[in-house]
Amino acid sequence: MTDTLNGAQITIRLLERQGIRTVAGIPGGAILPIYDALGQSSIIHHVLARHEQGAGFMAQGMARASGQTAVCLASSGPGATNLLTAIADAKLDSIPLVAITGQVPKAMIGTDAFQEVDTYGLSIPITKHNFLVSSAEELLEVIPRAFELAASGRPGPVLVDIPKDVQMQVIDIGEWPAPGRRQPPPEPDGWALSEAAAMINAAKRPILYLGGGVVHSGASGQAVRLAEKAGLPTVMTLMGLGAMPVDHALSLGMLGMHAARYTNLALDECDLLIAVGARFDDRATGKVAAFCPQAKIIHIDIDPAELDKIKTAHIGITADVDAALLRLTPAVAENRRTQWLQRIADLKSEYPLVMPEQDNPLSHFGLIRTVAACLDDEATIATDVGQHQMWVAQAYPLRRPRQWLTSGGLGTMGFGVPAAIGAALAEPERTVVCFTGDGSILMNIQELVTAAEEGANVKIVLMNNATLGLVHQQQTLFYGERLFASQFKSTPDFVKVAQGFGIAAVDLDQAANPCAALMEAINRPGPCLIHASIDAEQKVYPMVPPGAANRDMIGA
Amino acid sequence: MNAINRHEQNALSRAVLEIDVNNHPGVMSHVVGLFSRRAYNVEGILCLPLDDGSRSRIWLLVNEDQRLPQMMKQVGKLEDVIGIRRHNADHAVFQNLENFFRG
Repeated sequence: MTDTLNGAQITIRLLERQGIRTVAGIPGGAILPIYDALGQSSIIHHVLARHEQGAGFMAQGMARASGQTAVCLASSGPGATNLLTAIADAKLDSIPLVAITGQVPKAMIGTDAFQEVDTYGLSIPITKHNFLVSSAEELLEVIPRAFELAASGRPGPVLVDIPKDVQMQVIDIGEWPAPGRRQPPPEPDGWALSEAAAMINAAKRPILYLGGGVVHSGASGQAVRLAEKAGLPTVMTLMGLGAMPVDHALSLGMLGMHAARYTNLALDECDLLIAVGARFDDRATGKVAAFCPQAKIIHIDIDPAELDKIKTAHIGITADVDAALLRLTPAVAENRRTQWLQRIADLKSEYPLVMPEQDNPLSHFGLIRTVAACLDDEATIATDVGQHQMWVAQAYPLRRPRQWLTSGGLGTMGFGVPAAIGAALAEPERTVVCFTGDGSILMNIQELVTAAEEGANVKIVLMNNATLGLVHQQQTLFYGERLFASQFKSTPDFVKVAQGFGIAAVDLDQAANPCAALMEAINRPGPCLIHASIDAEQKVYPMVPPGAANRDMIGA
Repeated sequence: MNAINRHEQNALSRAVLEIDVNNHPGVMSHVVGLFSRRAYNVEGILCLPLDDGSRSRIWLLVNEDQRLPQMMKQVGKLEDVIGIRRHNADHAVFQNLENFFRG
């Protein structure tokens, strides 16, 4: 049987065949044929964002929460440029995304046509791969390929730019292509794995270092089994949080710039670092030359370009980390490592993470801990970017992979609200909490109305200190307390703003019983903004000053 | 610069990369973009289609640099790159081109 369809209908049919059930986007002239076809789809739910960047982060939220490739749509010109930040963010955090943009008709490309921009050229450095589609036939190859690329190897964003005339070109389709799927990763090198096992067995003070790749690969369980068998104290990157429950006996929590002192000091003493799905980011390593100075390095990553990029590995293994750990674990010896674990315990008690005022829900740590006390591990925790993000990373008891959605590599303020909406749409059975700040929330606040429209089950906890907190902190600590452009002279009434956008809002500052008000807000279904003022003088401590070695931390 | 002749300079500090790619618009941008974003200058480029024209071969003349191994890995990751090989600066491909490069 032959189907006669236009390029737009083909695109939507291919998305349906990929298993896509929700897309986020905003229509515009150059993508109207696709929207016309999308409107006829009874399978795909379209979420109308209020800014294309919001659509991009909603798709990211879906992908981060579910692990499945998600889709966002935008028109040409400003629609496409507005998507770019969300795409760049997905690239740095290895999130599988397919972004589909409309483009002016082929004959008008290069004429500076209305809403024409070189979307292909602009997206080259921030995508894993990109396509400019030149015919409807090509869509049959390109769309499945885009999904295959986004999900295979190290995941990432793929952009497909489709000129309007291609969307309208009608062709006959005899046979539909198979949906694009993740390609099997290369088998780990057996020799390198046995060398790695021997190094772990011989090490006296090993540390396991888990990155976001462990979450992406679904390797969390296997990583915990390896740590338990070989007695490996375990650190996680910001992106790796949740891979091992933070209250696991072997967990040292997050490493790097805002780690607990004991975490960075343990790394300073280790003689073997086993890096798994991690990329030695500068926020994790501090001054690279002083990072784990005594350690040999085993580095396992699916991306060969990550091996030896920052630190030369003694053993480098290109492999899917789950497959590698599955083979590595039986080869390592059971080891209780009493001496090293005793040393770790001593460091923990000597240099603990100080979290004052945990019982006060109107303090930064207290608010985070009180929210956690209202929820179980089924909840998903998103953040924006800034002080609140680091405090949540330090204080929230993350225990589940994909529980934690945060903009790690790009550090994009404005990520939180739309990503939380996306997570809530992908997994409607969960409560999604978005911790945000007064700086971040304003960068995509328009999506509150999208949350209202979708009835997304998101609880936005706004920690308001009326400053750009991390800027304020750096100016205070490193720029002679010359505070400039980091304190807001005017701040909106966020409770009224939220209500104006059509979502419930509660102000903990005004609540007779803040704990009760918080619990009630979290337990009420649907979107809600929870506002709390916090002290602008509070710092994220401890802190490694930029450029310093991780052992040289300042503050609490 | 004047202390050593051009040939010696090449032998000391340059490398030639041979990159087989799919031949369609944008591929060259992908390849050279990896260099430009790192402020890594490309000293010479030669490119022509292979056989039936579905593929091309790009020859790059670049300075030796400690980043070169990472550059080659990044180029190798590009979807449209089929293979990358490294040669010494004395490779014949960039020789005898002087006539086309007189000021």
